[in-house]
Amino acid sequence: MEAMLEPVAQFFGPTWPLVWTLVKIVAIIAPLMICVAYLTLAERKVIGYMQVRIGPNRVGPLGLLQPIADGMKLLFKEIIVPSGASKGLFILGPILAIAPSLVAWAVVPFDEGLVLANVNAGLLFLLAVTSMEVYGVIVAGWASNSKYPFLGSMRAAAQMVSYEVSMGFALICVLLISASLNLTDIVLSQGSGRFHDMGLSFLSWNWLPLLPMFVVFVISGIAETNRAPFDVVEGEAEVVAGHMVEYSGMSFALFFLAEYANMILVSILTSVLFLGGWLSPVGFLPDGFHWLALKTAAILFIFLWARATFPRFRYDHIMRLGWKVFIPVTLVWVIVVAVWMMSPLSIWR
Amino acid sequence: MNFVVPDFYPAAAEIFVAVMALVIMLAGAFARSVRWLAYTLTQLTLVGAALITIFVPSVDVSYTFSGMFVSDLFGNVLKLLIYLAVGVALLYGRGYLADRRMERPEYYLLAVLMTLGMMVMVSANHLLTLYIGLEMMSLALYGMTAFDRDSVRSTEAAMKYFVLGALASGLLLYGMSMIYGATGALDFVSIKDALYFQTANKTVLLFGLVFLMAGIAFKLGVVPFHMWVPDVYQGAPTAVTLLIASAPKLAAFAMTMRLLVFALFELAEQWQAMLMFLAVLSIILGNLAAIAQSNIKRMLAYSGISHMGFMLLGLVAGVVSGETHNAITAYSAAMFYAVAYVLMSLASFGMVLLLARAGFEAEEIDDFKGLNKRSPWFAAMMMIVMFSMAGIPFFIGFFAKLAVLQSVVAAGYVWLAVLAVVMSVIGAFYYLRVVKVMYFDAPADDAPIHAPAEMRVMMSVNGLSIAALGLMPQGLTYLCWIALLASLT
Amino acid sequence: MDFKTFVFYFLGAILVFAALRVITARNPVHAALYLVLAFFTAGGVWLLLHAEFLAIVLVMVYVGAVMVLFLFVVMMLDINVERLRQGFWSYLPVGALIGILLVVEMTIVLGGRYFGLEVMPEPPAMAEGYSNTRALGMVLYTEYVYPFELASLVLLVAMIVAVTLTLRKRKGTKYINPDDQVAVKREGRVELVKMPAEKE
Repeated sequence: MEAMLEPVAQFFGPTWPLVWTLVKIVAIIAPLMICVAYLTLAERKVIGYMQVRIGPNRVGPLGLLQPIADGMKLLFKEIIVPSGASKGLFILGPILAIAPSLVAWAVVPFDEGLVLANVNAGLLFLLAVTSMEVYGVIVAGWASNSKYPFLGSMRAAAQMVSYEVSMGFALICVLLISASLNLTDIVLSQGSGRFHDMGLSFLSWNWLPLLPMFVVFVISGIAETNRAPFDVVEGEAEVVAGHMVEYSGMSFALFFLAEYANMILVSILTSVLFLGGWLSPVGFLPDGFHWLALKTAAILFIFLWARATFPRFRYDHIMRLGWKVFIPVTLVWVIVVAVWMMSPLSIWR
Repeated sequence: MNFVVPDFYPAAAEIFVAVMALVIMLAGAFARSVRWLAYTLTQLTLVGAALITIFVPSVDVSYTFSGMFVSDLFGNVLKLLIYLAVGVALLYGRGYLADRRMERPEYYLLAVLMTLGMMVMVSANHLLTLYIGLEMMSLALYGMTAFDRDSVRSTEAAMKYFVLGALASGLLLYGMSMIYGATGALDFVSIKDALYFQTANKTVLLFGLVFLMAGIAFKLGVVPFHMWVPDVYQGAPTAVTLLIASAPKLAAFAMTMRLLVFALFELAEQWQAMLMFLAVLSIILGNLAAIAQSNIKRMLAYSGISHMGFMLLGLVAGVVSGETHNAITAYSAAMFYAVAYVLMSLASFGMVLLLARAGFEAEEIDDFKGLNKRSPWFAAMMMIVMFSMAGIPFFIGFFAKLAVLQSVVAAGYVWLAVLAVVMSVIGAFYYLRVVKVMYFDAPADDAPIHAPAEMRVMMSVNGLSIAALGLMPQGLTYLCWIALLASLT
Repeated sequence: MDFKTFVFYFLGAILVFAALRVITARNPVHAALYLVLAFFTAGGVWLLLHAEFLAIVLVMVYVGAVMVLFLFVVMMLDINVERLRQGFWSYLPVGALIGILLVVEMTIVLGGRYFGLEVMPEPPAMAEGYSNTRALGMVLYTEYVYPFELASLVLLVAMIVAVTLTLRKRKGTKYINPDDQVAVKREGRVELVKMPAEKE
């Protein structure tokens, strides 16, 4: 690989590292965008079948070209800036929404050694970047200069900040037992243990000893991405579409892309942190990227399933769940795990 | 890296108070209906801490927590006095708070945490711990100042206190960072060594020292960083004013000593000059401004400024042209002054609390009119306090002033002593005015004094102790002297 | 100028610009957003100093949490900027004079003479695999455990004060308790009554 790239590298000279990094970024972003596009189709299909409908099937074979058609439509629509809006921030809002959800992919490992930036503090980096996601929503809501978007963004700010805390505690548990903030190390640390030696690796992954944290993490992830049943941010019945009311065309599409990119991000993180990343679930099958893709798809299916199944939470119930249930539970569990690790019963030595 | 588990014994009192603070918090949260619980637990905490401070740490200077904490006689004596001051202040304030529906468990909880902050400050041997202790104390005080949250005046006072206090903390931190930059050390022993061996850069050090002095001056409330004092004293609920005007002064004194004497002793010539400037201004401005006040809380605030200036005079006289043989005497005079001021401050604000009742604040000097007719005993107590503050012989305030002036004269600053005496003579005017109002004016109302028995007893003990210590100051003088001797050498 | 120095000056320029805009922006929301930018850039500068933990925590705590709540408040308040600006021009000369004096003094003391690279050389680069976060954790819980625990108590004080000053029960307001609502059982709401069929 290196030898093959040598002439190209010479062509670019000193700017080669920059160019090479850009190539790698594109190699991550482009497939991600395709995944996002087909996730929207998958969502409509899955929900359709759950409601005994067929779902989109007109454009292309089995409706497979539907996302492309949607994209074209959004691309050609006019972007309307309301006359009372704060113009700069109104444009900045969607950009702020999508940027963190793409930046976070820099530290996600796809296979051993296959990661854009193998930083030591990867987990912290993720927490920091995901905590910035809320700005897109707040800025958009405020810049629209209209009541419903503003209410929506207020809700979003409170909700995302609240659930970040319990998510953070869940991550602390993971980092406690893997003794590393590096995501690759976290995956590798899951590939050992008694069950792993018996060939049943999937029982050695973090999800089993940290089961409450796993559940909290997935639910908080749904809340963090403002997906149903926690989608009061854009609840049609109350605040029309929340912060997105005034947006149209490509600026709306960016919010849409950000939401689905975040869903995929949370799913892949769940797979990496709790489900052993690219590790094979059983001893006799080789590890590989396909396992990660499979696990991510399974978590994504839970996202869609929850949306098709549960009614929307009322806002005060969301806050109650976040502050009065999840935070105490996770806080206690952090201590439990810490004590467990120090006790003779520790399984992580 | 090899890490040794630190010795917890020297810090036993701090650990006890911290644990009790959490207990009081839980008691306040889950047993809110038991009204006396928080108060009783708080007083028990103070008593327990006093017993631990007396019996657990060794008399020798001992360091723990990687040299961040020091336990010495100086610190332990001051800590005992702090428990006493906080305990008495809470006892005085209880009835006042109950009358105004402010006696909530949080008040006592904040008082305990404030005490913890002061203890940390007193025992600090590290810039970091000193700062954290200071913040803990100050934050709790800001909150307590605003405790009467529907009162515009106390909210305003809290806001001023907070903003100016944050500014002072910023200055202090900036000074600390400069000192760290110059010496490369945060703990006082290493800073002292770095200065002794002159490895530190003098210009940067002095630059840091100026900022440090600004922070200290704010916390002590001396001119030109005194602006907050009258407003906060007047605006805060009187019970809180009492807390602000008593124990924190001891903690601020300890902070000054730790920073200037324990750490930066080699720079004594420089900081003595700055302190002299602050002290002279405070004595002049405090005494002159107090004359014009009609509100007794405000008057006592200005008198407090001048008293702090007097106390600083003791620190000015430590090193004379490189000679340090006078130092212990001078510093123990300052310490004696601080203790005496806290005793008098407790009694004077306690008196304001004693006269206040539900719906009535005895804030104006006119409210003391004819107190002799209403209660000769408490009028006598107030007279003792006022005489003592004015520095009239054979009360504790006189000996405090005498000791400080003696060391100032011994250091050769005769003009300074003359100035201080002249200003305290001028200052005697407003103290005596209160006495005159009590004894020679007709009472404005003759409602009997209504106060719980324990407060009357404590008030009497407090007043009599000022007189008794005035007659026999030797014990306290000796205690201050031995505490400094044991800790500094 | 090597790449690192270039990045430093680039971030520094953004930082100074953002900080200036914080105090000059007419709209408080814009000012708050510039403050976010300033924090973010400061995080970048810290990264250059190999303090990745501090940088990330700065972004996480200040940008991700504190400023969100701050914006939350600023957006809901109706701040009259014009009134706040009254007297700006009359105070400006004095303020500017003091500001300039301070800057000059600080440049004299804090300039290269005492804090330059000759006096305080750049520390040697850390070994491969050195983790700033791990190193911080190691000292925080051992050597600095005393101030660390005390700092947590300071936060407790702040929390208690904030709750005491703001938590109040207004009279005449009806609250719904979500706990009760969640705990509702079928038995509390539905009663099955057996009745004989009625004849017409």
